[in-house]
Amino acid sequence: MTMQRSLLAFALMIGLAAPALAAEQGELPPKQKWSFAGPFGKYDRGQLQRGFKVYREVCQACHSLSLLSFRNLAEPGGPGFTVPQAAAIAAEYKVQDGPNDAGEMFERAGRLADRFPKPFPNDNAARAANNGALPPDLSVIAKARTYERGGFWFLLDLVTQYVEQGPDYIVAVLTGYADAPKDFKVPEGNHYNKFFPGHAIGMPNPLSDGQVTYDDGAPQTAQQYAKDVTGFLMWAAEPHLEARKRLGMQVMIFLLVLAGLMYFTKKKVWAAVKGRPEMLEGKPSATKH
Amino acid sequence: MSGHSTYQPQNAFMKWMEARLPIAGLVHSSFIAYPTPRNLNYWWTFGGILSFMLAAQIITGIVLVMHYTPHETMAFNSVEHIMRDVNFGWLLRYLHSNGASMFFIAVYIHMFRGMYYGSYKAPREVLWILGVIIYLLMMATGFLGYTLPWGQMSFWGATVITNFFSAIPVVGETVVTWLWGGYSVGNPTLQRFFSLHYLLPFVIAGVVVLHVWALHVVGQNNPAGIEPKGDRDTVPFTPYATVKDAFGMVCFMLFFAYFVFYLPNYLGHADNYIPANPAVTPAHIVPEWYYLPFYAILRAIPNKLLGVIALFASIGILVFLPWLDSSKVRSARYRPLFRQFFWIFVAVCLGLGYLGAKPAEGGYVIASQILTFYYFAHFLIILPLLSRFEKTRPLPNSISESVLKAPAKH
Repeated sequence: MTMQRSLLAFALMIGLAAPALAAEQGELPPKQKWSFAGPFGKYDRGQLQRGFKVYREVCQACHSLSLLSFRNLAEPGGPGFTVPQAAAIAAEYKVQDGPNDAGEMFERAGRLADRFPKPFPNDNAARAANNGALPPDLSVIAKARTYERGGFWFLLDLVTQYVEQGPDYIVAVLTGYADAPKDFKVPEGNHYNKFFPGHAIGMPNPLSDGQVTYDDGAPQTAQQYAKDVTGFLMWAAEPHLEARKRLGMQVMIFLLVLAGLMYFTKKKVWAAVKGRPEMLEGKPSATKH
Repeated sequence: MSGHSTYQPQNAFMKWMEARLPIAGLVHSSFIAYPTPRNLNYWWTFGGILSFMLAAQIITGIVLVMHYTPHETMAFNSVEHIMRDVNFGWLLRYLHSNGASMFFIAVYIHMFRGMYYGSYKAPREVLWILGVIIYLLMMATGFLGYTLPWGQMSFWGATVITNFFSAIPVVGETVVTWLWGGYSVGNPTLQRFFSLHYLLPFVIAGVVVLHVWALHVVGQNNPAGIEPKGDRDTVPFTPYATVKDAFGMVCFMLFFAYFVFYLPNYLGHADNYIPANPAVTPAHIVPEWYYLPFYAILRAIPNKLLGVIALFASIGILVFLPWLDSSKVRSARYRPLFRQFFWIFVAVCLGLGYLGAKPAEGGYVIASQILTFYYFAHFLIILPLLSRFEKTRPLPNSISESVLKAPAKH
């Protein structure tokens, strides 16, 4: 056994040393506190509503949210708008419909069942308007982005349930604009960002203090905007997160109780052969245990 | 072990049925009266867990197919439709995607258990080889399934893996074009992968029947690695093994549920939430975690054809394990040296898995090469030598003796 242990320790040592072989990484996105993290996580309704406001007033000009419908805004576990509120928001959008009886496409006010309309008619139009870069759709962006810490952090994440790498990365990029270091040449039409892979990002710094007016007293800073819109995007990517964690707790408790019952059932069933070694050997000398 | 059934039908209908189709007798002799060694530990519950996982994957999969669209322009969004609009669709999808990982965790434990206790040795060679075939089918099924969401990793993973076949001399390119149904991974590829992904689990189920049949002919191995010598060494499958398997299964479900509900995307890759784009290659193309050791072996070898050969050989070599290890003693309990080398082998496999996730550069490549060499050396050098020169410990006279001796060791 000691040999086994020393071997394991050796393997672990090699493993821990391995990351040192990897190239030195840049600055990592700072960890944020998220209300939706952890086994009891829930979205912060205020944050989702503020984040939605930031999306509408800032991001929406270039980024689509094509997998979301207006009805989602009023669904449980979301930003908590009422159905009339969501319908009113939908009505503020122009949606293309058709063809009508005359065979023509027409525009009408949005309805709850409509998806969020895209800002550009197609990808090429989006590229043409954005210096050749395609602004990605934001529907699942919070799950489609992450960052690597290297080493064996991934094992610790299993226990701490740290799975908010995506949101942390998005906040970091939104607030990561800075002057480029002297030796870094930013390509024409790009911008320097500390956290964007390769550091040259097509999107200009989108957020500045005081840009969006909050009416709930939350600080109107770029940092706050970044966090709020990221919270909103996390909900957009995982709209059933609250239901998942709630059901998860029920399932875990049920399975724990069931496991306990199974354990004692097993013990009782096996007691018939375990507790009576004479059943095994049939010899008196063997019964001393 | 597969002698005539001791089943006695009680009522008239069952007697009538038994005389025509003795299916109740078959179930009785296979899952009720079937004698199991009394010393089986919890590592033996993974066979039952694997049957459960296969059933769970087939059931969740069948329901997912009711909502999924296998088309390159619609697949990604149809998965999102499942996640957003289908009642409990998120649960089905996360059960199925994490279920694949759980299936592999269970199969790896099951295989390492077989290696540790020498379960592949005579008379269980065919049982073991059927297991290797199931494992190969699982790998194919898992790979095909991973392409279906049609995200970036789906697309590029499919491109990389199918490109293995281009390493075949002369006809390689033709074979790959034939596999793809075109000149690149595209809609025809997705549709045939979907078709095969639906087919293979039923093939697996068929081979599982053979695997269980073979098991019931030769009987289970056990931690002592000696054959039961009579009723004293065995207990009936029901209730003893049934209740123990059920407890193990519930514990495994707890583990499974932890991932499904709290870390549903932990075992996946963020890039697979980006729709497939043939024009953009991801920075690191990484397969699912369960292929990582083999991916490391593939990349350890600079020559493409040799790399692919090494990859397939690393799995194919398992077929020959019963003859590479010719030691008469089965269980590692009585093979002190083999036991050390077994754990080194486990560490090497984990190390290869770690390296498979890393970029193929610098120190990682050298480490992969060393571990790849060791992986093959374990089968081709260490096991044959151990079978010859290892001094094994004396075996107990019977299973019941080993059970009684066990408490004295603590």
